[in-house]
Amino acid sequence: MKKSIKFSWRSVTESRLFFPLVALSLILLFDFIFIPGFFTIENRGGNLHGSLIDIFRNGSTVMLLAIGMTLVIATGGVDLSVGATMAIAASVAGILMNPSALRNEVFFVTDPTYTFQPLWLVISAALLVSILCGLWNGMLVAYMRIQPMVATLILMISGRGIAQLITNGLRVQITYKPYAFLGQGWIILPFSLYLVAFVFALTWLLTRKTALGMFIESVGTNFRSSFFSGINEKRIKLMVYTFCGFCAGIAGLVASSNIRTSDANNIGLTTELDAILAVVIGGTSMSGGRFSLLASMIGALVMQAITQSMYAVGVPAFALQAIKAIVVILVILLYSEQMRNFVRRLGMTSKGA
Amino acid sequence: MAESEQNILVMEGISKAFPGVQALDDVSLTLRKGEVLCLVGENGAGKSTLMKVLTGVDKPDRGKIIYDGREIHPKSPQHAQELGISTVYQEINLCVNLSVAENILLGREPRKMGRIDWSKMNTLASNTLRDLLGVDIDVTMPLGSYTVAIQQMVAIARALYIASAKILILDEPTSSLDVHETEQLFKVMRKLKNEGVGIIFITHFMGQVYEISDRITVLRNGKLVGTYETASISRVGLISKMIGRSLAELDEMSKIKLESGKHIKSEALLQARSLGLTGTMKPFDLDLHAGEVLGLAGLLGSGRTETASILFGVEQPDSGMMAVDGNPVHEYSPLSSIKRGVALCPEDRKAAGIVDDLSVRENIILALQASNGWFNYLGLAEQYQLAEKYIELLSIATPSADQPVKNLSGGNQQKVILARWLATNPKVLILDEPTRGIDVGTKAEIQKLVLSLAEEGKACVFISSELEEVLRTSHRIAVLREREKVAEFSGEVDEKTIIHAIAGGEA
Repeated sequence: MKKSIKFSWRSVTESRLFFPLVALSLILLFDFIFIPGFFTIENRGGNLHGSLIDIFRNGSTVMLLAIGMTLVIATGGVDLSVGATMAIAASVAGILMNPSALRNEVFFVTDPTYTFQPLWLVISAALLVSILCGLWNGMLVAYMRIQPMVATLILMISGRGIAQLITNGLRVQITYKPYAFLGQGWIILPFSLYLVAFVFALTWLLTRKTALGMFIESVGTNFRSSFFSGINEKRIKLMVYTFCGFCAGIAGLVASSNIRTSDANNIGLTTELDAILAVVIGGTSMSGGRFSLLASMIGALVMQAITQSMYAVGVPAFALQAIKAIVVILVILLYSEQMRNFVRRLGMTSKGA
Repeated sequence: MAESEQNILVMEGISKAFPGVQALDDVSLTLRKGEVLCLVGENGAGKSTLMKVLTGVDKPDRGKIIYDGREIHPKSPQHAQELGISTVYQEINLCVNLSVAENILLGREPRKMGRIDWSKMNTLASNTLRDLLGVDIDVTMPLGSYTVAIQQMVAIARALYIASAKILILDEPTSSLDVHETEQLFKVMRKLKNEGVGIIFITHFMGQVYEISDRITVLRNGKLVGTYETASISRVGLISKMIGRSLAELDEMSKIKLESGKHIKSEALLQARSLGLTGTMKPFDLDLHAGEVLGLAGLLGSGRTETASILFGVEQPDSGMMAVDGNPVHEYSPLSSIKRGVALCPEDRKAAGIVDDLSVRENIILALQASNGWFNYLGLAEQYQLAEKYIELLSIATPSADQPVKNLSGGNQQKVILARWLATNPKVLILDEPTRGIDVGTKAEIQKLVLSLAEEGKACVFISSELEEVLRTSHRIAVLREREKVAEFSGEVDEKTIIHAIAGGEA
């Protein structure tokens, strides 16, 4: 009997979700103690609102990015350009709805029903362009054999320039109401959460109900063995970078819908780092190999929960990054092999005694 | 009293468990000053783990280590080195992109005014190599530009350089050395021995055990079988202690081979005509018949691995043609090879074989799944069925099919890779050093397996640096020298004929 208890503690601590969940719980515990009303959820006309819901809603862009980023990191790479890709997607969407910027004039449309192109075209065009961005990264990494960090740095730097070129260097106002629904709509829960759930489910099916997930892990663990086993390692890499671009595109649409502008300079700024951290907190090794999408999602929530809690206790925006860094360091420390062993032993002695 | 003073090292009651495996169970070992102690046993017997405990890589669960009269607790290989225990590992753990000199002196570079004194460093390194090992090479070249054998010598030089080394551990250093290089190494070992260094030598070559050792410690399944004076135990006796079963099955081999030889088909399954790659392999002709084992013999670097790489499409030939089953080959890549029924079990198990984070099951189905494509996923049930089948067929020692393959011993990893290729049901199976770093018992198992695969109608290519093994296993032998196919023998050939062919008439 005792043995089975020990065993279950071990299997709990060894689960990939254990440590991300511990990190998330600690932050929520902090919120529970220091922020009154943090856990209050209001029902406003059938829709749920509250700080907890906001964590999910504001975290949706990082969650979307983290899905693509997980796969890229699992192959042993990294994609620094997702923030810039978000900006590009937003610019494409903005200019198609409100092309006034092309005539070099800032045209404030006030009509919420006005759009230059239909919504389906706006979304498909933006996603197509972001897929092309991912394809470009994939080509550089897989076929040109450029180090992933360097290869994606190119688009990270140039991407915002491209985004500005698309909008003629101007910020494009987006007033079209249906588009705003992407980031601000509510169907009981925020609409962006359904988008996250959809992309998550799609990715999970693609990686775990086909051999793709295993191939990604195999390539990330040992690409030479994978090559000898007949896995087309280049094509796998091309696929994950392209998919990462697609995820960044959706994130860009949500972000621009949220602020009702396509702001090439600020949309998705430094979110690539949040996404990478989310994946790392989720326990996927930066050197590639085993990955867990669900753990990355929890990682993204950890990142957002930190931000949200800091704002709530009144940390000014300019100090936020520094505080966030400290919390992230603590989380990562919690994660180290030594700490894991310590927790494991703790469980064994306390349950065993 | 005198006895205990002689002992430089006493390990007592060492136990160590890994997830699912009791790697060491109450193992003891003593090493005297100025002796060579051979540590032998099958794969997974616990030799490497015992040495990892001694060098501080793994912490023992129980037991104590008494070194030079006092108890020690090595925390890391570096700590062990500081104490005077140096190791050369089975797999070369050096930086291929650094120079030879840097590799030898890494962390102990001579300094002048706070900076590294490069010229002194290079002289020191080349002197060490020349004086200790008799190897004369340009030490400023990157290590990766030399052969595996030279790299191994550099690793030994690095271990020896620690001036105060009282114990030297050699974990299968000879598995990639040729006869001449091994002799050189033995010379070094004898010299060190006379200087009072205690040497622990791990090897699978029985000949070497008898040539160099004073005493032999045998491990089996993580337990100590016993320690024997080399002079007092026969080869057969030793082997039976190692594998714990009779040697009769080893003798069966020749019978099986004769029997299986009857099934060779006359038409060729794979035909290569003037197939070659400039700078890698001179054009060669090769026929493989169903039901036949073809051995490739030759020295290290003679082109054995290169031939395998070209046949499997890892490297693209630039001359000649190849046909499998009568169909000319147009595309050379591992994937297309798998699809036409050609499989290669590569030489370097760690770098090109196992995917160590993945489970035994995933490793086994990997190649089959790759040829099916990513979308056409084998169901989990089917995967487990395949994995269980090969775990049983090849008697792979693993707690479950879900065990990460990195937790398995070398021999069992090799079997997993074999299983990976058998699962693709190949017509042509190329085995490059399938028995390298593997114990006697498993070696015989694999050799028998190769013959029975041939009997089933597969064409096998068997590559090994152990000539005896090639002779025992193959129906036909092709000899390679300096990246050229120089001879072919079939029927009964004796070792001498082959050695002459390998040496090229000079010897």
